[in-house]
Parts: sequence; structure tokens; C-alpha cells
Amino acid sequence: MKKNICKPLSAFGVHCMLGGYTLLALFPIVLILMNAFKTKAAIFDNPLAFPTAETFFLGGFEKVIAKSHFMLYFGNSLTVTLASLALILLFGAMAAWALSEYKFRGNRILAIYMMIGIMVPIRLGTVSILELIVQLNLINTLTALVLVYTAQGLPLAVMILSEFIAQIPKELKEAARCDGVGEFKIFFQVILPLIRPAVATVAVFTMIPVWNDLWFPLILAPGEETQTVTLGVQQFIGQYVTDWNSVLAALSLAVIPVLILYSIFSRQLIRGLTSGAVK
Amino acid sequence: MKRWHIVLFLAPAVLIYSVFSALPLLDTLRLGFYTTNDAGVAHFSGFSNYFTILTDPAWSSAFWNAMGNNFKFFLIHLLIQNPIGLILATFLSLKGLKFARQYRTFIFLPTLLSVVIIGFIWQLILSPLWGVSESILNAVGLGAYFQPWLGEEGSALITLALISVWQFVGIPMMLIYAALLAVPEDIVEAAYVEGASAWRIFWEIKLPLILPTLGLVTILTYVGNFNAFDLIYSVKGAIAGPNYSTDILGTLFYRTFFGYQSQIGSPTMGAAVATLMFLVILCGVGAYFYFVQRKLTRYEL
Repeated sequence: MKKNICKPLSAFGVHCMLGGYTLLALFPIVLILMNAFKTKAAIFDNPLAFPTAETFFLGGFEKVIAKSHFMLYFGNSLTVTLASLALILLFGAMAAWALSEYKFRGNRILAIYMMIGIMVPIRLGTVSILELIVQLNLINTLTALVLVYTAQGLPLAVMILSEFIAQIPKELKEAARCDGVGEFKIFFQVILPLIRPAVATVAVFTMIPVWNDLWFPLILAPGEETQTVTLGVQQFIGQYVTDWNSVLAALSLAVIPVLILYSIFSRQLIRGLTSGAVK
Repeated sequence: MKRWHIVLFLAPAVLIYSVFSALPLLDTLRLGFYTTNDAGVAHFSGFSNYFTILTDPAWSSAFWNAMGNNFKFFLIHLLIQNPIGLILATFLSLKGLKFARQYRTFIFLPTLLSVVIIGFIWQLILSPLWGVSESILNAVGLGAYFQPWLGEEGSALITLALISVWQFVGIPMMLIYAALLAVPEDIVEAAYVEGASAWRIFWEIKLPLILPTLGLVTILTYVGNFNAFDLIYSVKGAIAGPNYSTDILGTLFYRTFFGYQSQIGSPTMGAAVATLMFLVILCGVGAYFYFVQRKLTRYEL
């Protein structure tokens, strides 16, 4: 029996609440996006109106592109996020495989050691991380950010991937071992392709914090050449606070790529999020 | 059987995690016991940094102010963000609800954006200069209540916390939603057949079953809030004005470490502040594991 628990009248109430909250969630973002395409006079005269033929204006965007290296920041963010994600997935999967597949002394302790990183924020070690990065001569490099974000993302990735690897049927591995296939070949050719569905879950939990982080770019790579989008926009807006067209355009430029990616991947992303959380 | 392959599988992850996360954390705990003299040479000084932070009038008032603000920041999340997340998740998990996927997708959207961007967006919306909030409040007849909330000492922290709640409500919503989907259908059906109301089913069946998730959400909120920095820094700067009314541990840590205005930054004092933050987070996580987690497991099926 599949009887709906929500009755017509209460269904209406539920839609009012959810719809209302959806409006509240979207309104600020829509407001910024539509005003970014308007003249300064129109921004102030009628903030709630969509841009029309008369009020349409792209000067803000032109100024952001001219006065900041927005494409460079964007490239930096992309490089750092993708490189970190690749390292987290590869090294995380290798460690997760070793921890869940092989019995060896210290296995549990090592697993607990890695898990500590889920609960203790890496930011608390910033004083020593900065010192270390200076010693390694990696200050103002994207490498520094990639290394730190990889360290930040690994614990959760190892946990999620371990659970996933534990569900892979034993027969697959045993069959390969009987054929005399080496452990590395088993991992790279049998296991790695099988954990692809878990990639979405790990990606959600690691990419978003990395892309949006302000703290480490601000401290480890504040140089003009290595700024990420988050830091670049923060600095740009600090400089042009009174120029409303530029501020709105800079915010929109930071928001639009995320909106595009989200509109393509939202289904996978939410599935990854909810399936990872059921555990 | 050769075991070296285990080492090779583990080495990259354990090495990077140790060198860039675990060891710096331990080293920070160690540095908190050192002081640097004018020549920049660090020497062991026992608990003197902690003594300064907790007893020196200038330091302790700043520290307890940040600590108190941080607790307020957390309480607002706990009492507003998580209940709203629970309500939204409960509605979303109703069977046969149309547009559930669209609602979920849109409400989760702000979570994906950078805290910095969200901070600036709300700063503009709440700005008296632009007047958007004022005109909206006017439209519903509440215009007289408009204040520059972000600029006033009494309301700045609450406003920032509510901005953060607005942004992150999607996370408790998703986690609780996933937990609600995992509630076995036959139990709910059985209760329904027995004549239990939806209200009673929620309170007496679903809520006890998702308690572990609510515990997890609480501790995630706690760790996230006591580690927060980006929002305050981007809206209020490192000074966390007006008059330090929005100062939390993250911004205090940043100022102590890097210095501001007349005060010179100190890595060792910064490390001491970070250690205190570590202890605060450890207390929360410890309490979670020893009380909440242990009590809750008995509800698990």
C-alpha cells in the first residue's frame, strides 16, 4: 500500500513553507545577479527590477576584468581544487584499500590516527604550517595550497572510501589473486574502477571547502600571482568598496561558475551527499 | 608473504597527512609553551603564555569576549539552523511530495558558495545605503524596524550568525533528510495502520531513530563554529568591529598571530590561542563521544 501521508490541505501548507524558504534562499543571489547588469542609477532607483534595455550595463564586468586578474584567479582556484581532489582520491583510495584489506599490526591505531583529522580542524596548526611552508620555500605557490588541502581532505576520504571498499565482493579479489595477479594490479585495475561511484561523495566533501577557503590562500599564498577566486574577490572588493557596479560584477563572476557547475551536477552531488550521510 | 606493498599503499596518504596536518598541530601545541624574545629566538617558558592570556587584563578580556561571542554564535546555529534544517528535512521526506527535488536543490545552493561571497552579498543587502531591506520592510509595513544591523554593537554578531545560518541550513537539512529516508518504511506503515497521526509518528518513531544524526549535526556545527573565521573577516575585517563585538576565536587567533595596528604579531602567542581553541573543540568532541554517542547507540536498529 502506497498511501500518501500528506493530505491535500496540509500539502498546501508544506508547499507554502518549502516554497517560502526556497525564495528566501534564492532571493539574495538573484538580487545580486540582476543588479550586476544594471547602471548605477538603476541599481539605486529600483533594486528589485530586472535589467531592461535602458538600464542594461556591463561596465562593472569590464572594470573587474580590466583591474583584476580574474581569469588568473579562476585558473588558480581550478588548479588547486582539481589537483587536491586528484591527490585526495588516489592516495585516499590507496590508504583506504590497505587499511580495509590487509591485516597488519597497528592497523586500527593507524585508522584512528587518520580519523582524528576529521574532527580536528587543520587550521589550528596554521602557525607551524606557515613555518614549514616557509622552510620548504613554497610560500606564494599553489603547491603549498595543494599539499595543505590534500592533508585536510584525506581523513574523510579514507573513511568514506574504506566503507565503500569494504562492500566490494571478496570473490572479485580472490579470483584475481588465484590468477596470480599482483596486489598493485588488483588495486589499480580491479578496485580503482569499482570505486568510481564513491568519487561523487568524496568530491562533494573535499572540493567545496577547498574552492571556497579564504584562510590558507590569505596566509600561504597572498601574492598577486597565486590568489584564488575567493581571496581575489575579497581583495578586489576591499579596494573598490564604493564602486557598486564593480562590486556586484565581481560577486556575480564568483557566483556564476558555481551556478553553472551546480546546474549540471546537482543531481549527482546531492545523491553523493545523501548516500555518504546514511552511514 | 611480502608485506612491502602495504607500506607503499599507505605511505603517500600517511606522509602528507602527517607532515601537513598532524605534526603541525602537535608542533603548535608545543609552540604554545615557548616565548620569542626581541631577537626572535624562542625559548621554553612553561605556561606563561596561557597565564598571560587568562590573567593579563588586556588579554583575558579579549579572550573571554571572543569566547563568549563564539558561544553565542554557536547557540544561534544550534537553536535556529538545526531546527529549521529538521523541519525542512521532515517536509522534504514526506511521501508523494511534488517538487521535493527542486526545493532540495535550491535550498542547498547557498551552501556551495564561498562564505566570503555570501558575507559581501548580505552586507550589500543590509546596507542602509542601498536600502533594499528597508524598502522590503516598508512594503510589509515594518519599515520602522529597520536598523543598520551589521553596524551596531548590539546586533552585529547576531546578524552575522543569522547570515551563516541562512547559508548553511542546507547541511543539517541534507544529513537529516538522508537519515529520515533510512527509517524503515514498514515501521511507519505499521504505525499508520494502527491509527497513529503523522505528528505522533514523527515524535515517537522518526525522531528517536534519527537522534544519532541530530547528535552528529550538533557536533559538526560545534566544530565548524569554533573554527569559523572567513565570514567575520570578510564582513568586519580582522578587527571584528564594532568595538570587537563580533570577535570570535578565529579572528582573535588571526590577530594574535599576525598582529594588527600597534600590536605586533606573535607566533608563540598565536600557537597558545590555537591550543586553547583546540581544547575547546576537544571538549566538545569528547563530550559528544562519551555522552551523546554512547547514549544514542541503543536507538539504532
